[in-house]
Amino acid sequence: MDLETLWFVLIAVLWGGYFLLEGFDFGVGMLLPFLPRDEKQRATMFESIGPVWDGNEVWLVVAGGATFAAFPGWYATMFSGFYIALLLVLVCLIVRVVSFEWREKGDGPGWRAVWTWANALGSFGASFVWGVALANLLYGIPLDSNGDFTGDFGDLFSGYTVYAGLAVVLLFAFHGATYLTIRTSGDLCRRASRAAQQLSLAAALVGGTFLAWTVVVAVDRNDKSVFPPILPAVLAIAALVLAVLFVHVGRSGLAFVATAVGVVGTVATLFTSLYARVIVSSPDFGNSLTVSGAASAHYTLKVISIVAAIVLPVILLYQGWTYHVFRQRLGGGDEDIAPGGAPATAPAEPTV
Amino acid sequence: MTGVLGSTTVDLARVQFATTSIYHFLFVPLTLGLGPLVAVMQTAWYRTKNEQWLKLTKFFGTLFLINFAIGVATGLVQEFEFGMNWSVYSKFVGNVFGAPLAVEGLAAFMLEATFLGVWIFGWNRLSPKVHLATLWIAVIGTWLSGYFILVANSWMQHPVGYKIVNGEAQLTSVWALVSNGFALRAYVHTMLAGLIFGSIIVLGVCCWHFLRGHDVETFRKAAKLALIVAVPVTLLQLVVGNRFGEAVTSAQSMKIAASEAQWDTCQPCGFSLFQIGGFTKDDPTPSFSITIPRLLSYMATGSFDGQVQGLNELQAQEQSKYGPGNYMPNVRVIYWSMRVMAYAGMLMFLVAALGAFLYWKRKLERARWFLWSAIVAIALPYIAATAGWILTEMGRQPWIVQGLLKTSEANSPSVSTTWLAISLTVFVVLYVTLLVVDFWLMRRYATRDLGDEPETPETAPVPGY
Repeated sequence: MDLETLWFVLIAVLWGGYFLLEGFDFGVGMLLPFLPRDEKQRATMFESIGPVWDGNEVWLVVAGGATFAAFPGWYATMFSGFYIALLLVLVCLIVRVVSFEWREKGDGPGWRAVWTWANALGSFGASFVWGVALANLLYGIPLDSNGDFTGDFGDLFSGYTVYAGLAVVLLFAFHGATYLTIRTSGDLCRRASRAAQQLSLAAALVGGTFLAWTVVVAVDRNDKSVFPPILPAVLAIAALVLAVLFVHVGRSGLAFVATAVGVVGTVATLFTSLYARVIVSSPDFGNSLTVSGAASAHYTLKVISIVAAIVLPVILLYQGWTYHVFRQRLGGGDEDIAPGGAPATAPAEPTV
Repeated sequence: MTGVLGSTTVDLARVQFATTSIYHFLFVPLTLGLGPLVAVMQTAWYRTKNEQWLKLTKFFGTLFLINFAIGVATGLVQEFEFGMNWSVYSKFVGNVFGAPLAVEGLAAFMLEATFLGVWIFGWNRLSPKVHLATLWIAVIGTWLSGYFILVANSWMQHPVGYKIVNGEAQLTSVWALVSNGFALRAYVHTMLAGLIFGSIIVLGVCCWHFLRGHDVETFRKAAKLALIVAVPVTLLQLVVGNRFGEAVTSAQSMKIAASEAQWDTCQPCGFSLFQIGGFTKDDPTPSFSITIPRLLSYMATGSFDGQVQGLNELQAQEQSKYGPGNYMPNVRVIYWSMRVMAYAGMLMFLVAALGAFLYWKRKLERARWFLWSAIVAIALPYIAATAGWILTEMGRQPWIVQGLLKTSEANSPSVSTTWLAISLTVFVVLYVTLLVVDFWLMRRYATRDLGDEPETPETAPVPGY
């Protein structure tokens, strides 16, 4: 594999990591206003993602930086072409970031409600727009021969891309619910389980049809054969079907693994469908940006490859360690006994 | 030449980038400086088991986290904005400039974000030793992060280790990039600025509590720590800032000439402390000025007899090199931003030195005039840093990459004036709202009594394993 292809794969991996990790914290965020019984449970939901969301979001920062370094042409066209969409993402992420730190620091239920909703809407908005944006890379946007976007904001919305946004929202909400079932206990855990069951069919149905549609779009609009995009698509669909089964039989650990595979498989399907282009141009297919056309020179790719080869395994180790540190289930608002016999951790009600 | 519409787009893009990056840098240096101070406090608690240090760690740790949140949120905007607003620039520099940004994310920001999350929630889940280590690792992450960002920025000021292939810059030596003398000096300058932020703000907050007469014993410990840091770093910064000026002289003569409003080449050159007029080509002689003889020669070249090239001569040189055009930045803005930064820096040294003297005389807590001054001095690092970045970035104009690419040719062709008007409005409204809330929260938590931490997961009693 040449370095250009390697970096295309790596960027797909970074997006996969981002969707896998921030996917569940977006999901938990979207469920914040609806799932918990009371403020105490809501605080527990916040705590379930509190220690890890920031590390999860760095996967996006790295995906962005890696695209800039490895494919300047891709980065330049994507970020300038999706201008208003990315502005929306930024607004969503900013209000969400501050909601984590500020929610506990003000007074009264009104203040907390503001930041609960900020987190929920931020999570929902960012999930939806990322779905629309990534789907547009494959569906095609109008580019000129210079590789610059010539369309308007409205050009980003078609049946397929909006469906992608919807699919990502549902997948993340489902993924967030299965995450809560393995991170909480008691009543909150039961509520999460119920939410997972309720979301499972819609997520699997919309996610599955989106994956099938993606393969069709790859063939129709990106000159691909059904194979290989069909492989990750089938894997992801199978995982989603299994996830539906697992949540209904109460196998929460397996259900989370299944939604994780479903989410990662969705990213894999998109990027497999996209290769060897990085942005499809439509209607002028000939103006599409390709992996080799948008890539940096060999020397730059070599430098960042060496850094990534050293640093990525270390990142996986220490982020894995953080999940190990915070593996203990959080109390669901009643004094349950967590698995292993240790008393469940019940975070005290914020008293500020 | 760009048309009227084109130049409006570039102007709006510049205003937006300036607004968002200045805003971002209100929070970053406090993260850089307060992080190590909180880590030292926690280390002191770990070593002595003195509860006062624990209270201070939590007290200043809360301020650190409120501030850190906005730093993270607005940092993402910076990363996106290169591509969103400056796509021609991004394509031109991506091979070189993208690498340190990617490495920053991978090697530094990942460390900082992950371990800070563990620190916030790890109080009762980790052994005190490991918990302390997570904070130090996060601090190292923030300092590494600053290095890679400044490597990237310094390449725009002083491009090294590249060649131009097919109209794009390509990296030829990663070593030249990371050991760029400009970057190393900028790094020391910026990290010292961070420590000044941290120490001056801790000092100011302590002084507030001395005025109120609450928890004086405990805050005296923090004030001592702040002074131990503030005195040497504010002094060192004056020296380093000056040495940095020399690097700028060799890489960006125009920036130095503009920062001195020096229209004609001089030798030796006096340093203008204050002047009225003399900021335009048509009015090159100030109607009033206070000047210290030979000081500019020393600051710019390291010798009291050094020659400093004037704006007119540099303009002629640049024109013969790059063709017709105006190669001078806005002289008035550059002259004053340099002075505001330097004078604020000197004032901060004065505050730190006076504070140390009063502490030594055991009068610090009762010297009300000084306590009020130290509280007001909290504004100084913010003023100095903002002026410093205006000097650095506006002083580089008309270039976006010194000598290689002009700002007016680097913006995104696909981004319309309408889109820019929308995004600028959104950013301004959002950022002003965040600033108001942040200021309110910082004040609230900086002025409350010790041990009044909210019962967040950070402090909630959680049984260990």
